[in-house]
Amino acid sequence: MKYLSFIFTNLGRKKIRSSLTFLSIMIAFILYGLLGAVQAALSQGVDVAGADRLVVRHKVSIIQLLPISYTQRISQIEGVDLVTHFVWFGGIYQDPKNFFPQMPVEPESFLDMYPEFTLPANQVEKWKETRTGAIVGRKSADRFGWKIGDRVPIQATIWPKVDGSRNWEFDVVGIYDSDKKGTDLTQFFFRYDYFDETRSRGSGLIGWYVVRVGDPDRAVEVASTIDETFANSPYETKAETEGAFVQAFAKQMGNITAIVIAIMGAVFFTILLVAGNTMGQSVRERIVELGVMKAIGFTDKKVLAIVLSESITLSTLAGGLGLLLSWILVQGMSDSLSGIFPVFYLPSSSIVWGAGFTLLLGFIAGAIPAFQAKQLRIADALRR
Amino acid sequence: MNSDVLVQAKSVERTFRRGSETIQVLDALDLQIKRGEFLALMGPSGSGKSTLLNLIGGLDRPNNGTISVDGEQIDQMNESKLAAWRARHVGFVFQFYNLIPVLNAQRNVELPLLLTNLSKTERRKQAELALEIVGLSHRIKHFPRTLSGGEQQRVGIARAIASDPTLLLCDEPTGDLDRKSGDEILELLTALNQDHGKTIIMVTHDAHAATCATRTLYMDEGKLTAEMKP
Ligand SMILES: Nc1ncnc2c1ncn2[C@@H]1O[C@H](COP(=O)(O)OP(=O)(O)O)[C@@H](O)[C@H]1O
Ligand SMILES: [Mg+2]
Repeated sequence: MKYLSFIFTNLGRKKIRSSLTFLSIMIAFILYGLLGAVQAALSQGVDVAGADRLVVRHKVSIIQLLPISYTQRISQIEGVDLVTHFVWFGGIYQDPKNFFPQMPVEPESFLDMYPEFTLPANQVEKWKETRTGAIVGRKSADRFGWKIGDRVPIQATIWPKVDGSRNWEFDVVGIYDSDKKGTDLTQFFFRYDYFDETRSRGSGLIGWYVVRVGDPDRAVEVASTIDETFANSPYETKAETEGAFVQAFAKQMGNITAIVIAIMGAVFFTILLVAGNTMGQSVRERIVELGVMKAIGFTDKKVLAIVLSESITLSTLAGGLGLLLSWILVQGMSDSLSGIFPVFYLPSSSIVWGAGFTLLLGFIAGAIPAFQAKQLRIADALRR
Repeated sequence: MNSDVLVQAKSVERTFRRGSETIQVLDALDLQIKRGEFLALMGPSGSGKSTLLNLIGGLDRPNNGTISVDGEQIDQMNESKLAAWRARHVGFVFQFYNLIPVLNAQRNVELPLLLTNLSKTERRKQAELALEIVGLSHRIKHFPRTLSGGEQQRVGIARAIASDPTLLLCDEPTGDLDRKSGDEILELLTALNQDHGKTIIMVTHDAHAATCATRTLYMDEGKLTAEMKP
């Protein structure tokens, strides 16, 4: 610890060079944080997906519909605990860029299925009483300024009403939150019974089922039993775990993880050269000083440790600040991006990994210069 | 062993390789220095004075022969032991001062004290004391570039005596100074020798500087050739 101020003094000796290196490392870690948030946003469903939940859709594609009568038959399959169903409504609130998902659901089984959505009991009751009632996530409620009791008009794109109009109206009866980070708080759920009676076509058809299995280890087995049950019927199914389902969805956006890794790999490599060069120069400039330190009694190991500490200090401070800034940026952008990314946050795993990378970067960048400083022979250094 | 003898070098040899050539810089050199001596080491450039000084100070090791200081044989010590030994027993003063430019006078002097167990305040006190001994109490917070050559060398000497070593090794300490500053440095070294009991070995080109010493040795081509006592 008593060397700390010496280490800082050394970093301050070429202020411009140190600042530029500091800035490049900081910017690299801001980029790292932002990409981490984008990646998390694109794969968010995968993380929150319950291992005990299956998604059952039409074998051909998610946009083909399935009969609601399957509810009964799926719940009779051994290992199935609970069944609920969804339809993609795809409506527009005022402007197409105000995107958020809306889906008709059956309230009781839906809330049972998703315990991560927290909704006050009186609001649950109200929803069950109100045919046109809808519940909305905290994020969308805040975004559009909706309060309980508001009447929200939504323009249908897929589902016209029996009277031919496309103006659906819903009464906001509840606003849900979640304790679980990464949970999508932008969605809008309304009642399936109201939806089914009011739509002009597709009566009795739903988009997909979500099924809870009693034993997550048997999820795959139950999935194939479901598919077998409906094989050779007009509506064949494809059942898979929720995680796999969301992942497959995310894959359509390109293999984001690979892209992120490639970008960050290039950035870190560049930063490594920058930081390594800075440390190399810094050691080359003070060969005599390092020789003097050894003459005074600093051991080779101590000199190595000092140079390495300089490199690690620079990199962890700059990288740490970069991570902090990216976290602040992500927080700030979260709301304005909620149309594109319903969930936009910097996962703590990214922060932990990032902190690890700052250490690693400092270590690798300083390793060679520190080793050179260690190997320096005093008599040679002093002859310069 | 005679406790009057501080430095004892026996048949010391040091060779360097330059390409395929081997240069014999020190050749079967014997030397004995008594506690409390102020020894001047003179001789033409390239005669091996610095090499000898480095060996005595444990900065370098001989190819052959033994070197003992204060009864400890230093030529066989490993790197970390030798470093610890240097920190306790030797202070170095260099021709070009070799101060750390980013540290002020006080922190330069404190540098060797970082290797001790002293607390922060003790280190500061001791550094201030050393600076007081060299007459620089009024320049404590000055950085090397704001000090004159003579003042920088005083800081260098303060750093060398900060941890109170027995032996001071000075390689042409006045070599880069004008006559007046050089004389002041010589006065200071004399005082350290006489009043503080430091044993000093000083390499110098300057016959005038050597007059301060209690003994002068001449060196040529790696051998001690003559001795003079005032
Ligand atoms: N590390 C070294 N590598 C090669 N040659 C060296 C080394 N150190 C000293 N020498 C050579 O040894 C000789 C004596 O050097 P030195 O002791 O510095 O002389 P002086 O201090 O008397 O001027 C010179 O010829 C010098 O070139
Ligand atoms: Mg010399």
